[in-house]
Amino acid sequence: MKAMILKEFRQMRRDRRTVALMVGMPVLLLTIFGYAARFDVTEIRTAALGPGAELVEGMLDDAFEVVVTDSSGDSDMARELLADSEAAVAIVAGPEPVVYVDGTELFIAQSAMRRATSLPDNTQVEVLFNPELSTSAVMVPSLIGLILLFIGTVITSLGVVREREQGTLEQLAVTPLRPVDVIVGKIAPYFLVAVFDMVMITIVGIYLFDVPFRGSFLMFAAFAFVYLFVVLGLGVLISTVSKSQGEAIQLAIMVLLPQVMLSGMIFPLASMAAGVRWIGYLLPLTYFVIGMRGVFLKASSASALAVPLLLLTLMAVVIFALAILRFRRDLAPKHVSKAPALVGEAAA
Amino acid sequence: MSWGARDLTVRFGKTIALDRVSLALDPGVVHTVVGGDGSGKTTLLKVIAGVGLDHDGELRLPGPGRTGYVPPAGGVFGDLSVDENMEFVANAYRLRGWQTRAAELLDHSSIARFGDRLAGRLSGGQRRKLAGSMALLPAPDLLVLDEVTTGVDPVSRLDLWRLIAGAAAAGAAVLVATSYLDEAERAGKVLLLHDGATLAAGTPEEVRAAMKGSVSDRAEPEEPELAWRRGRRWRQWDPGGAPSGRPTLEDIAIVAELQTGGGGR
Repeated sequence: MKAMILKEFRQMRRDRRTVALMVGMPVLLLTIFGYAARFDVTEIRTAALGPGAELVEGMLDDAFEVVVTDSSGDSDMARELLADSEAAVAIVAGPEPVVYVDGTELFIAQSAMRRATSLPDNTQVEVLFNPELSTSAVMVPSLIGLILLFIGTVITSLGVVREREQGTLEQLAVTPLRPVDVIVGKIAPYFLVAVFDMVMITIVGIYLFDVPFRGSFLMFAAFAFVYLFVVLGLGVLISTVSKSQGEAIQLAIMVLLPQVMLSGMIFPLASMAAGVRWIGYLLPLTYFVIGMRGVFLKASSASALAVPLLLLTLMAVVIFALAILRFRRDLAPKHVSKAPALVGEAAA
Repeated sequence: MSWGARDLTVRFGKTIALDRVSLALDPGVVHTVVGGDGSGKTTLLKVIAGVGLDHDGELRLPGPGRTGYVPPAGGVFGDLSVDENMEFVANAYRLRGWQTRAAELLDHSSIARFGDRLAGRLSGGQRRKLAGSMALLPAPDLLVLDEVTTGVDPVSRLDLWRLIAGAAAAGAAVLVATSYLDEAERAGKVLLLHDGATLAAGTPEEVRAAMKGSVSDRAEPEEPELAWRRGRRWRQWDPGGAPSGRPTLEDIAIVAELQTGGGGR
């Protein structure tokens, strides 16, 4: 038995990724659940509108962080602010005060409704976008992002790594196929599968789970298109640094897990400790979730979605370009770039 | 047209994998590269195949798509069937009317009846034969085969050599890395590599003539450091001996190893 144990520890130590996973996973999970994964909301971005907005501000619980104060604002403005995610709660003061709550932020909405008791008794609370605070309405749009991330990253990386494992990548370099043929030919099928999956999830979400689709289809398509490049790029990147399918899966988990936890898909970004929240803002899924909730539920204005879309595009360009460069380096046949009549004379 | 390399040097970090190796690859001739593990065979073949390793030195290679290459491991798509593997090559090279040739190659490799079987489910030898057939399908000007017969059963080895000889007869320059010295014996030209450098090169006869000393057959070794077993008897190298008998390439490879400081066998 001693022989086995010794052998196992030696093998474990040699596999640097497993060591990284063994050390990294607890650290990651501790960080996430210690600082990030909070259902209790301590910070609610609030807009105080209408005559006496300043007065309302004074009556609010500490958790309400007033980001907009406008004494001339009305309920239309409140809707707009919520649709564009400028605020999660908007209070329109007046003789009959109304508290508008963004229903796409489940935990924030619930917390806000609990805390609204400090307001006058005749205050009405209206939940917008998701009046029943249904979980599926909020989750399905985000799930599109998660599923695409899963398919794009895991499946793509496995497909490329398999090529390397079989020793066929080098062979491809010898064929007349140009690197661009190989790269596009390799990625295009996954792209199509991912598009198919996305359409399927969207249709199932709308017809089976009654998720509303209120925004513009064009915006939806733009987000989806850009996001696909992000996930496929991640998949290719993972494959270029993985020698085996097992390694690729390990790495994919390390890429997936933080996105699930820190993208705001499950736990609101607002309730994360600032030290961890910035990680969320580096993750592509974060912006895709904002985009999808905006398109499906809130019909956010194009100007409000422009920033997340732009950031996502930036990520797509960087990640995809890096992926192509690294993939190209792996398989580019160097002599093909030159003319058939090659360098120098025949050898002795 | 003759292909080849002159003063080919490849470095991996500080390690020199190939040190100023030169070789000429003539059409219609089978060239073998022999040498132990880590001698640089695979690196040499990769560069010659045009896989894209960084290197110094001069290369003269056929144009894009005119080289057939079987890498040291695999070389087939395991999750495609035998026929689908051949079809992929045909499409990648944009071949027309390839079916007859494909059928012939598979037939010569004795794997024609496994057309529908996934390549991953073939035996090791069958897989290598498929890889060889795939490399031959586009009728390349230069055929580069890395350890294509290693670990392959004797009958499949014969099949593979029939394919290789057929390619050479059709005018291709063939470069084969092998650890089987009897195979090298049959080749037109031999390159003996050790630690990335050329120990001997030429026809088997020329390589033989270049060997220092003589090798003799004995019942018991007199100098164990310079002797090795062959079957039930011993072979012994006499560094100062006048050339006599007919050393095999295996003898020559072992002598080369002894000369460069390797221990006795």
